[in-house]
Amino acid sequence: MLTRTGAPTKEPLSIGTNSAPPDGGEVRVAAIEHAFAQLRVLAGLSLRAAPHEVLGIVGPSGCGKSTLLELIAGLREPDAGTIAVGAAAEPTERLARCAYLPQRDLLLPWYSAIDNAGLALRNRGLGKAEARRRAGQLFERFGLEGFERSRPSELSGGMRQRVAFLRTLIAGKPVLLLDEPFASLDAITRGEMQAWLAGALATEPRTVILVTHDVEEALYLSDRVAVLSSRPGRLVSELTPLAPRASDRAAAITTPEFGALRAEAMRALREGSR
Amino acid sequence: MRRYLLPVAVLASLVAAWQLAASTGLLANVLNLEDFLVPAPSEIAKTLWEDRSLLADNAWVTLKEVLLGFGCALVAGLAFAVGLHLSETLRRAFYPLIVASQTIPIIAVAPILVVWFGFGIGPKLAIIALICFFPITVNTLDGLRSVDPDAVKMMRTLDASRWAILRRVESPTALPFAFSGAKIAVAVAVIGAVFGEWAGSSSGLGYLMQLDNAALNTPRLWASVTVLSAMAILLFALLALLEKKVVSWR
Repeated sequence: MLTRTGAPTKEPLSIGTNSAPPDGGEVRVAAIEHAFAQLRVLAGLSLRAAPHEVLGIVGPSGCGKSTLLELIAGLREPDAGTIAVGAAAEPTERLARCAYLPQRDLLLPWYSAIDNAGLALRNRGLGKAEARRRAGQLFERFGLEGFERSRPSELSGGMRQRVAFLRTLIAGKPVLLLDEPFASLDAITRGEMQAWLAGALATEPRTVILVTHDVEEALYLSDRVAVLSSRPGRLVSELTPLAPRASDRAAAITTPEFGALRAEAMRALREGSR
Repeated sequence: MRRYLLPVAVLASLVAAWQLAASTGLLANVLNLEDFLVPAPSEIAKTLWEDRSLLADNAWVTLKEVLLGFGCALVAGLAFAVGLHLSETLRRAFYPLIVASQTIPIIAVAPILVVWFGFGIGPKLAIIALICFFPITVNTLDGLRSVDPDAVKMMRTLDASRWAILRRVESPTALPFAFSGAKIAVAVAVIGAVFGEWAGSSSGLGYLMQLDNAALNTPRLWASVTVLSAMAILLFALLALLEKKVVSWR
């Protein structure tokens, strides 16, 4: 298995196909309620992520984390409350500003890695050759060179997730919604991918809502971490990591301060699951 | 190749047993029939060779009917499947009717179609297409509906139009299902062609079988059956080969 993480180089990526208006990627969620049939999933939840901020969301299973992302993306509408992404409040407008990376990479098995990465470009009417050219420019930077023509089944878990992330990034949306993006990877690859994502966000800043089970992942990657209660999900606590996305991940997650923060997060989680 | 070994061995021993039973007159005795009514496989093989041009001419007629009828069903079936997939209203209106159409006894309808459309190729195509339409449509529709809803959500956040989702996600998902339907269809298409020719025709293997049946020419009757089976197996194998080429990600 190839485990080279291919940290992005420092010059900014110019992925100039942004279809969304450039009014920033602030995400505001105000007092939303959502239920599936009789099952109340979210209860009066309010959150805010500033432009280019990484907001981590942790909570027990079934607390409505994934539903929250689908609501923000405009794939669903909340029963009550308001959601705005930049100036957009309508679901279709929100959809134009959000890119969604689900837990499963959802690479299409009938396309090569490069054609999967360029899906957003093809969807906007670009020709196959042009989409490949633009996606190909980013393959080296993402540690994927040489695998352009590989089918997803021929890639390792970490590489698949990188292709999926590239696919999300190429869409050029100001807001990234990441739903447990590394949950399916083994511990070592997951750590590498977290460091890699930190590097990618340094050169290609976006507003990110990161939903995860993994408290450590949230505390390492996020500027702020919101702890949700068990269903129906509401905000229990908000934590502010000291050195988000530090370049030396191994060192950053072993400091006493990080340990104290993790203990606090675990306490909040336990409190919220009662 | 190994996986063909066993079925071929079984088939060979059955043919050998038949050969033995028929050539010694045992089979005719047991069935209480005249010897000439119970041909041995060697006799059938001899007829296949001696009447090869007659069989080939009529097989060509039947093959044309099968291919055209199957082609019509394929075009109509895929179009219906996509239409029913895209429109809830269409699906509710047509799906029960398509299922109900399966209860129509095609053998009984075939003579009516011949009365309506004459002895030409028309009624044969209609019968074959009717038989083939169902497996193609239903399998393809199931395939389109089996698409991963998360993949569709993913495509929507990547600015995909309805058409883009159909083309890049749903159609490739449905392709193996469509092939399954087509393989079932092509096998029954040959049976449909024979029904059509029995109902009224002036050429084709089904027509030849009727003549031979009346003349008690059992070796050639069996020869026609052999050619028909070979035709169905060949068409099935061709589709399986094409599927392997096209559905390369499986």
